Amino acid sequence: MSVINYGYAVWAPLIWVVTLVIIGILALAWRNRGQKNYKKGTTQADVFLSGVKVPPEEQRHVKSENIYWGFFEALKGLYNVMIRPHTGIVNDYLLWFVAVLAITVLIVVLAV
Amino acid sequence: MIVWLPLVAAFLNPLISRASSKARDVFNLAIFGFITFLVGLLARDVHAQGIRVYTFGAKLPELTVPEGYMVPVRIIFEVDSMSIFMGIVITTVTLASLIYSLQFMKGRTGLARFYSLTMLLYAGMMGLALTGDMFNLFVFLEIASIAGAGLAAYRTNMADAVEGGFKYIVISAVSALLVLFTVGILYAQYNALSIAALAHYIQGSRLDMLALGLLAGAFVIKLAGVPVHMWAPDTYTVAPAGATPMILAASYTSMYALYRVTFTLYGAHINTTAIGWIVIIVGVLSMFVGVMMAVHQTDIKRMMAYHAISQGGYMLLGVGVGLAVLTDPVALASYGRDAMNGGIFHIINHVFYKALLFMTAEAIFFRIGTRDTNKMGGLARNMKWTAVFYVIGALAISGIPPFNGFASKLLIYQTVLRFNPVLSVIAMFVSLVTLASFTKVFYATFTGPQMPAYKEVKEVPRSMIIGMSILAALIIFFGLFPGLIVNSIVAPATNALINQASYINAVMGGVP
Repeated sequence: MSVINYGYAVWAPLIWVVTLVIIGILALAWRNRGQKNYKKGTTQADVFLSGVKVPPEEQRHVKSENIYWGFFEALKGLYNVMIRPHTGIVNDYLLWFVAVLAITVLIVVLAV
Repeated sequence: MIVWLPLVAAFLNPLISRASSKARDVFNLAIFGFITFLVGLLARDVHAQGIRVYTFGAKLPELTVPEGYMVPVRIIFEVDSMSIFMGIVITTVTLASLIYSLQFMKGRTGLARFYSLTMLLYAGMMGLALTGDMFNLFVFLEIASIAGAGLAAYRTNMADAVEGGFKYIVISAVSALLVLFTVGILYAQYNALSIAALAHYIQGSRLDMLALGLLAGAFVIKLAGVPVHMWAPDTYTVAPAGATPMILAASYTSMYALYRVTFTLYGAHINTTAIGWIVIIVGVLSMFVGVMMAVHQTDIKRMMAYHAISQGGYMLLGVGVGLAVLTDPVALASYGRDAMNGGIFHIINHVFYKALLFMTAEAIFFRIGTRDTNKMGGLARNMKWTAVFYVIGALAISGIPPFNGFASKLLIYQTVLRFNPVLSVIAMFVSLVTLASFTKVFYATFTGPQMPAYKEVKEVPRSMIIGMSILAALIIFFGLFPGLIVNSIVAPATNALINQASYINAVMGGVP
């Protein structure tokens, strides 16, 4: 019931879950052997920002638009091309549709 | 009954709403519970006895071709394992959406119309999945399109909702008119409307191929395949939470129609390798463009809408590979059938986790009134259940084991690797970017310090949690028992698509 076996590959999720639980228990046991002198709510838990004054908590959250900034900057060219057709205008969408339909019909009728 | 009962319920909703809103909710849940039971019975019946046919107006439901005739003249519902697979998908999503909507829509005006449209959309989708008639396919496509557009534009207090609904109806009308035009082309040649009869007589002429090209175009735009996908984010983003998963399911009924036409209607009369490659190219483009656009979004629902396009690409890729090797028995037995299993399994998996993700996005919107992830943060403190459901959905869509998305994606990776390794690498890369995209939104939305504006935010009401937990439970169950699901509903659906002769014989049995 649980296993997918299609000749050349097998996936058994229940075995995977049991393995994960065992690894989790071992990791927890390892963690419990760690330092015991950590105390919550003391200066030990304060944020350290290379000596710079730490802003208030609500201003420390990284906004969604800043996440993966480097990735988007590196792929700026690709994104310019990809975003251009998304004009939000239904007439443009239909123009794309007419072009795609024409190509599809030509391929199916002539090439197939 | 599965189709006419929701139609009747749609027209009764405004009347019952006049009595009381509680009576309407109880009525809708009772009717839909009964419909779910009927779908379960039909699924069991198809599983045990194979293809079931129902001829409207005939002395016996099995009398498909009247005496002295060479073609069926009455409307026929023909239900094989693929049809009932779609029926299960549509019914489960509608049930979860209906329960979720009870609290989500509470206090809004025009609820009688909302539930009427919900029932109409369900009837349209189910009719499309169960019909064995091309003209009826057009009719049910129209019913689903009109109801879907009404639901997308339901929140008329939001300007973009009206715009989203308008775009949906324009795209749907163009698509449906093309379907009607091709029905005319086929009817003029073969004097038949039944899919089985048309498949029996079709010659594969140039005119038939023109009809195939037009049908493929019409269904690809409805299922939001790249590069005709642009309407989908505009529509999915603005529809209310209960409606978005249903509109998504409506897109996949168009995918079902595309498969039905290519495999069952045309089957051996087309160059399946060339058509398979067209499907694969649309699938790969959808996967790549969808995910790259998704990771760039800051509107949480728009991001999920682009992911819906991307995940649709996996389904097209899997089934496209099966279609490409359909005439090669060795390749079909070796990996083609499993590729199709992966593609079809991904339909049900994706509908479940994407419906859940859309619901979590609307749960956030329900409480804080914005979809902009730049304005969010620390919400897991106040909305623990929503955060848990989001994580389940996000892990499933990213193909992380042991959730259901992994099971279907693994089938696709492994089989596509044997067909063309480059396609498999692209599929894995897309999953990686999907994970990155959902991690970004999880970090921005649920983690981080508590925002002063959201200190008083509460978890969503119970019916919304129940709606989400039904889907979350199904995701986990399908993830832990993929063998059961593949063997009981997915593999029979694949076999039904491949075995064109059975579909034809169920209707045309004695006709030479």
